[in-house]
This record gives sequence, C-alpha cells and structure tokens, in this order.
Amino acid sequence: MNLMRSKKILAAASVLMLALSAPVAGMAGDTIKFGVAGAHSGDLASYGLPTVNAAKLVIDQVNAKGGINGKKIELLVEDDVCKPEVATNSATKLVSQGAEVVLGLICSGATKSALPIYTNANILVMSPSATNPELTYSGEYPNFFRTIAPDDMQAKVDVDFALNKLGHTKIAVIHDKGDYGKGFAEFAKSFVEKSGKAEVVLFEGVTPGAVDYSAIVQKIKKSGAQAVIFGGYHPEAAKIVGMMKKKRLKIDFLSDDGVKDDTFIKVAGADAEGVYASGPKDTTGNPLSKAAFAEHKKVFNADAGAFYENAYTAALAMVNAIEKAGSTDLAALKKALQTEKVDTPLGTIYFDDKGDAVGIGFSVYQVQNGKFVELK
Amino acid sequence: MLGFKEIKNGLLVSLWFVFLTFPLMVVKVDPVERIVSWRWENSIYVAIGTFVIYCVVKIIMQHRTGNAAVEKEAEQEKESIIHRVLASPKQKYTLIALLLAVAIAFPQFSSSYQTNVMTTALMYVVLGLGLNIVVGMAGLLDLGYVAFYAVGAYTYALLNHHFDLGFWAVLPIGGGMAAIFGILLGFMIVTIFIVNRLQDSRLGRAWIALREDEIACQAMGIDKRRTKLVAFALGAFWAGIIGVVFAAKTTFINPASFTFLESAIILAIVVLGGMGSIVGVILGALILILLPEYLRALSEYRMLAFGAILVAMMVFRPRGLISNIRRTYHSDKKFHPPIQH
Amino acid sequence: MDYFIELFCGGLTRGAIYALIALGYTMVYGIIGLINFAHGEIYMIGAFTAFIVATVLSIYGFPLLAIVILAGFAAVIWSSAYGYTVEKIAYKPLRHAPRLSPLISAIGMSIFLQNYVLLAQTSNFLPFPELIPEFAFMEPIAHIVGSTDIVILITTAVIMLILTVVIKGTKVGKAMRATSQDRTMAMLVGINVNRIISATFIIGSALAAIGGLLIASHIGQINFYIGFLAGIKAFTAAVLGGIGSIPGAVLGGLVLGLTESFATGYVSSDYEDVFAFSLLVLILIFKPSGLLGKAETKKV
Repeated sequence: MNLMRSKKILAAASVLMLALSAPVAGMAGDTIKFGVAGAHSGDLASYGLPTVNAAKLVIDQVNAKGGINGKKIELLVEDDVCKPEVATNSATKLVSQGAEVVLGLICSGATKSALPIYTNANILVMSPSATNPELTYSGEYPNFFRTIAPDDMQAKVDVDFALNKLGHTKIAVIHDKGDYGKGFAEFAKSFVEKSGKAEVVLFEGVTPGAVDYSAIVQKIKKSGAQAVIFGGYHPEAAKIVGMMKKKRLKIDFLSDDGVKDDTFIKVAGADAEGVYASGPKDTTGNPLSKAAFAEHKKVFNADAGAFYENAYTAALAMVNAIEKAGSTDLAALKKALQTEKVDTPLGTIYFDDKGDAVGIGFSVYQVQNGKFVELK
Repeated sequence: MLGFKEIKNGLLVSLWFVFLTFPLMVVKVDPVERIVSWRWENSIYVAIGTFVIYCVVKIIMQHRTGNAAVEKEAEQEKESIIHRVLASPKQKYTLIALLLAVAIAFPQFSSSYQTNVMTTALMYVVLGLGLNIVVGMAGLLDLGYVAFYAVGAYTYALLNHHFDLGFWAVLPIGGGMAAIFGILLGFMIVTIFIVNRLQDSRLGRAWIALREDEIACQAMGIDKRRTKLVAFALGAFWAGIIGVVFAAKTTFINPASFTFLESAIILAIVVLGGMGSIVGVILGALILILLPEYLRALSEYRMLAFGAILVAMMVFRPRGLISNIRRTYHSDKKFHPPIQH
Repeated sequence: MDYFIELFCGGLTRGAIYALIALGYTMVYGIIGLINFAHGEIYMIGAFTAFIVATVLSIYGFPLLAIVILAGFAAVIWSSAYGYTVEKIAYKPLRHAPRLSPLISAIGMSIFLQNYVLLAQTSNFLPFPELIPEFAFMEPIAHIVGSTDIVILITTAVIMLILTVVIKGTKVGKAMRATSQDRTMAMLVGINVNRIISATFIIGSALAAIGGLLIASHIGQINFYIGFLAGIKAFTAAVLGGIGSIPGAVLGGLVLGLTESFATGYVSSDYEDVFAFSLLVLILIFKPSGLLGKAETKKV
C-alpha cells in the first residue's frame, strides 16, 4: 500500500507535533555510529535478528583491524517490530542518537514510514530485505539502497518459469492480502496478462490465519487453473498446499521468497514436495558466503537465518563505502557505492542510480526430497 | 505475618502451577529432528515464583484489611485533592497553564525519541477521552472504536495523496467523516435498542453494556436515541481527528495499525482510568501507552508483563485508578448480578 | 452441483469448529455475563498441549490410536485447568466490580497467555501431526469431503449431544441453568455458585481443547497466535446465534461457516469477512437478541 509520498506531510507533522522540529545533526565523535533497525521481537523477529548478527560480525572484524581511517565503529540497534508506527519511533531515536548510516529496515511497510525521517536527516539507509519496488523506483529516497532484488523482478522470474518452462496457459493468482503478498500477486497478474501466452483465471486474496482454506481450493479447482502463483508467506502457503493435497488437486504451486524458507518445508512436510519458489540466487559456491556462514556458526553457535547474506553484503558495502568516501557524508557515500565494486557473499556488486544492487537476482527453486534445489 | 495455613496453601498453589505449566514450560519438542528436551529447571522456577507471588499477595491483602479504614480515608483525601483543584477555576487554570508550559518545553529538553513517545501517549489520551464519551457517559460498549480512527487516517492519506490537501485542511474533514460513520454505526446500534424499547436484549448487552440505569433515564424523559447518537458522533469525531494526526505523523498507514488490540487498549484506558472520570482517562492513557514503551528494557518479556499488569491493576483496583465521584451512587449495592430479570 | 456440495461440506466443517469454541463464550456469558476474551487462548493452549503430547508419543513410537486418545485427553485436562485457574485469578475477584472491569482483565489475560506460550515454546509455526488418517473407504469422494471433515462433524455432533444431556439432565446442568437465570436465588436455594461457575469454565475450556485438536490436525500447523483469530470468529458466531444460548452457539457457528464458504465460492474470498459481518448486522437489526437468543424483559 502506497498511500502517501509527499514530504509535506512530514513538514506539517513536525510543525504540529513539535517533535521533529529541532534538526539533529550527526555528532562528529570519535566513533562512527552504525545503526541497525528492524524487527527484533514479535512474530517477524526471525526476519530481523539475522541482520543484527551480520552487522555485529562485520563490524567486529573492522574494529579488530583498527576501524576505518582510525575510527572505531559503534553499533546502535533499534527494534521496530515491523510496525510502521514503531518504525518512526525507532528512526527518530536512531537519528537523535547520532546514527550516521543505518543498516536495515526489514519490512517494506516499516521502511516506507521511517524513510522520510532518514531522508530529511541525510542518512544512508541500506536494507537487506525490503523488496517493495517503489522504494527505489519512485526516486523519492535518494538515501535508500538495498541488497535484495525488488518484488517485480521476482514476479517476472516466477511468471516466466510458469509460462515458458512449464508451459501453462491458465494461471490462478492467490495472495494473502498483505503489502508484500498482494504486491507480488499484482505484478504476477500483470506479467501474465502482458505475455499474451496465458490468462489469469482467478485472482483472489485469502484471509491469513483462517481456520480452513477448503473453499478457495475448491474454487481454484473449478477455475481450471494449471498452476497457482501465490504471493505471501509460508504459513498460508503450507495450509493451501496441504488442503490442495486433501482435495486431490494436483497442479503446480509457485510462490515467492516469503515461502522459500526452510520452515515451509518443516511445516508442510510431504505436501511441500514439488513446490516452486523464487529466491535469491544460490551462493553456496561462493567462498565469501561459506566464510560468513561458518563465522556465524562459530560466534553464535547457531545457523544463520533469513536475509543473513543480504545483510552481511549490505554491511560490507556500507563499510567499504565509508572507507572509500572518507566520511559519512551522503553524497560521498552514494558516489562510492555507485563506483566502487565490492566482493561480498552475494558476488561482486555495485549499485545503480536508483539504489538497487547490480549483480543480485532471483532464481527458481523446487522442493525436492525435503530441500530447496535451485533450478538452472 | 503468614500463618501455617497460608504457607500450606502457598505450597499447594505452587504445586498446582507446576502441574499447570508442565507441558508448555518443561517439554519442548522439535517435530522435524524428532528431539524432545525436558527443561525440568523451569518447574523449579515456577514453583518458587508462584510461592513468592502468593505470599506477597497474601501479605498485601492482610495489610490492606488491617489498614482498611485508614487507607480509605487517605484515598478519599487523595481523590478530593485532584477534584478540589479542578473545582476551583483559579487553580484549574494554573494547572492547565503549567501543563501547557511543560508541553512546549518538553521537546526542547528531551530527545526526539522521548517526544515521539510522549506524542503517541497524548494521542491516546484524546482517543481515550473520545471513547469515554461513548462508554463512560452514554454507557455503550464500543469495541470497534479504532475504526473511526482509521477513517480519519485514511481520509487524510487519500486526500493528501490524490488532491495534495494539507494537514490543517484535512483535520476537520477527517473528523467530520469519522463522525458521519459514527452516526451511521450508532444509528444501527441505537435502532437495535429502539426495536425493543423497554426490553433490552441479551445480545444488546453483549455488544453494548448498558449504562446501569437506562430505564430511569427514559422514565425521566431523556431522548435516549438522540443522546446516544450525539455521543457516538462526538466520540467518533475525536477519533477521526486523531486518525488524521496519526497519518500525518507516521506518513504511512496500513490496516496493521488498526487492529482489534488497538480498540481493546483504548477501552482499557477508559476502564483502567475509571469510567467517566476525565483525569482518570488521562492517567490511564499515560500508563498504558508509556508502560509498554518503557518496558522495552524487558525486551521479549514486555508484552507478558503488560498483560499481567493489566490483570493485576483490574484485580486490585476494579473501579479504575480514579473512580468517578458519581460512581458512589450505585456502587454501594453489595451484590450486583450482571444478568437481571 | 458437485461444487455446491463441496462448498457446503467445507462450510459445515468450518462451522462445527466455530461452534465448539463459541460454546465456551456463550456458556460463560450465560452464567456471569462476561465476554471471556481469554477463551481463544484456552483453545490455543489445548491445541499446543495436544501438539506436544502427540509429538512426544510419536517420537517414542506409540501407535496412532493411543496417540490420538492420550493427546486428546491431555488437551482437555490442561485446557480445563487453565480455564479454571484463569477464572480464579482474573475474574473471581472482580465479581462485584463494574461490568467492564472483568472485560479488561480478560483482555490482559489473553495478552499474557499468548506471550506466555510464545516465550515458553516458540514464535515459529510448527507442523501438527496428522492425527486423523485418511480412511481408505473415503477415497472415492475424498475430493469432495475428506476424512477429517467427517471426523470433525461426527465429533462435534456427539459432543453437542453429550452437552445437551448434561445441561438438561444432570444436577450440575440444572444448577447451571438456575445460576444463569438468577444468581441470587440460586444461592438462596443452596447452590454453590462459585463451584458452578468453575464447572462452566471447565466444560467450556474442554470443548475448546477438542476444537483446538481437531482444527490443528485439519490445517496441519500451529502457533501461539491461532487462538486470537479463531476466538474472534467464534465470538461472532456466539453473538449471531444469540449469546447465552447453547443451541444458538451451534446454529450461529454453522451459519457463519456456511456463509463464509459460499461467499468465497460464489463471490470472492476477498469479501469473506465482509459477508460474514454484514450477515451479523442484518440479523441483529431484525432480531437484536440473535437467532435463538431470547429477548428478555427487564422489569423495574
């Protein structure tokens, strides 16, 4: 959902609330203050905590080597539970604490609400996971960068796969009514329609958390669809594939990055077999990626979670940019990000004018014998 | 002090809680790896924890009954100070001026995070006062109050986005829109009341807990229907206005901000503060909104503590923090069955 | 026609679950006039207990039938214990308080229990073991109505029957009816009202636990938040049928389940909730006390 863009809103609000009226300048102390914002508690904590770990690891390494240009990096961590209204609170808190760059915001909704605050304060924000296309395409947030490909790219990869590789001509598009799922589903629908090769026979949203999905499954069956493209997260996907199996509906199920999560396989069990889901390209062959995972295992004695590599990449890119730019001034950082290539767990990357990373993309995975396998 | 009997009861209670929390606190299974872990140490924590809480509660209760008379007097004294200040115009204006001065000075001296938190709390003060009109004064239970708040927020969002209208222009429009919705909803609910003028249904009571002496009101010739509609519209108006402020403040809204929990918290503000008491509602809002914010130090135990505090506050102060003076008229009845026939 | 039957069966299953949970709301409301917001959490705790017991037993290699019986038994025992304890802690001290105070205490309890389970167990979704096997004889019609649907419907029907017998025939049932009609009078004729209120909470919680077990094995997953969502729907069903009325809760559940199923099937699942709540408003306008609720006259 994308109701507001105008920066006037912020101006009006700050005058009225007396809240943001006092401009807070980043304090030029003897450390570089590195903010991390995202969901660190609540139901989406599992998407946000790996980013905190990634930041800790990268920064400890930098500090162990003596910091950047003689300055140590100090970490400031703020929880926003992925709620837009909390995200503005944590954003003002980070700004007032003097954060000079911010790694994060995990969810697109929270990112949208907090970004104007960072934009006004000229603070670089780099997200490992906010995939809403508007964030970079709109051009309103010159300080925003990300190390994950935007949603429409995912939808395109999924639709191409369903139409060209699997050869389907009738597609049912289902979503969970949420910002992420519905956005993805709408892109998928428009790509199918534009292709001219297939038609969308059903486009509907299901209520997350409902006690039963049999009606929607029966409806998919009746629509004659050859494949379902689902936009949303893994709990609903698991329920729908389970119900499809119960109702003896054997058609392909394709979904997004919210489903390409090992929890999906754990919860859906045998029903998960054969499900397709798009996700960031497989990087297990990359030595930097191996090292990042090994380090996590060593330091935290646990496996890294969602978006860990993206966050690790973002932290490396930010640290590199600060070093090359010689300051945390936004214009200098931007120039460094766009011109200096960095070796990261996700490959060698740099950023385009909009703020999207060049060199990061999606591929389609399929569940085979209880594991997501990348299809080449 | 605690006698043998209390100690024995305390042990029994802690034993009961050990049993109660056994499956959830002790056993943890990993269904995929097929591993069971037994966390017996949790049982010991539960046993000690409940025993201590039981003893503390018992001691407080003994203390309370012992000092009941003194405490009651002190309480009356305390309450009357607040009411006395409000009753005298001079002191009242001094208080208001003082508060205004603090409000203006606060953002200059504290961090913007603190200001932001305080702003949120003040928004809930207004929401609580708005709902207080509906619940505390007209006696209607409104569990969907957050809807009017959402109407205001979306009005601002849509008008600002599509027509570029500013904050001040939308403020009255948002309030007005919410009021219209309030009248529409109120009309439906009040109609339900009108259908059975003198008999009030079980269902009506489920959705709308009636103010205790509705029939008396009617007997005295008060136009029940109009009064209630006005209350609904006024309550909704305030919610709409705050909705506009909220939307302008966060610059991004989605339905996740307007959930049932939000409604429940606003209702809790009204009831916790003491229904019908304006000072109480202000106090209630400050406590309920600032509490979770400052409980952040407890990190993941934050909402657990919040729920427990909500229960404890109601159990120890069932009439709210500041019970309205009016309440004393009908609270002296010893037994008060909720279902009367 | 097949499509209609499919939607009808799906709606019935969904409705039966709503009914099982709605009974707890309606019984408690009938006795003490309280909307017990923590009831959804009791349902969730029932499902979680069943999950833990069933998984542990299956790891230790018990046969399926034993697992089903023991898991169901454990769910009922612990849910009832939680229901009983919640009443003693959060509602009993508030018996003479203003009417909205126990409601807030109930909301607090609901928040507390949700977070308790979240902290004691996990925030992740967990796979619930398939307790109801696919019967071979059902295979020809499995695409229309599954084994789980049949088991859910039969279990619900049997439970309703038992409950009716208990309420109509037994001493506890009679005392319950008496207490709900007039608590003061019930006390005067020697009914231990506190014990009857506890019994109501225990029975309501046990029914919710069975509902939790059935629905969790139907949808195959569980987390700490399932109680809140199911609770809201079940509460709607109770109001729809006439809160305080036991047959009303069953009817309300079925009507709500069928409405949702047909709304999804013939219109769009985008409007599932819109239809459900419009129906509620319509019924309330024409019959303010709900489908089977009695409009009672308040005498002055």
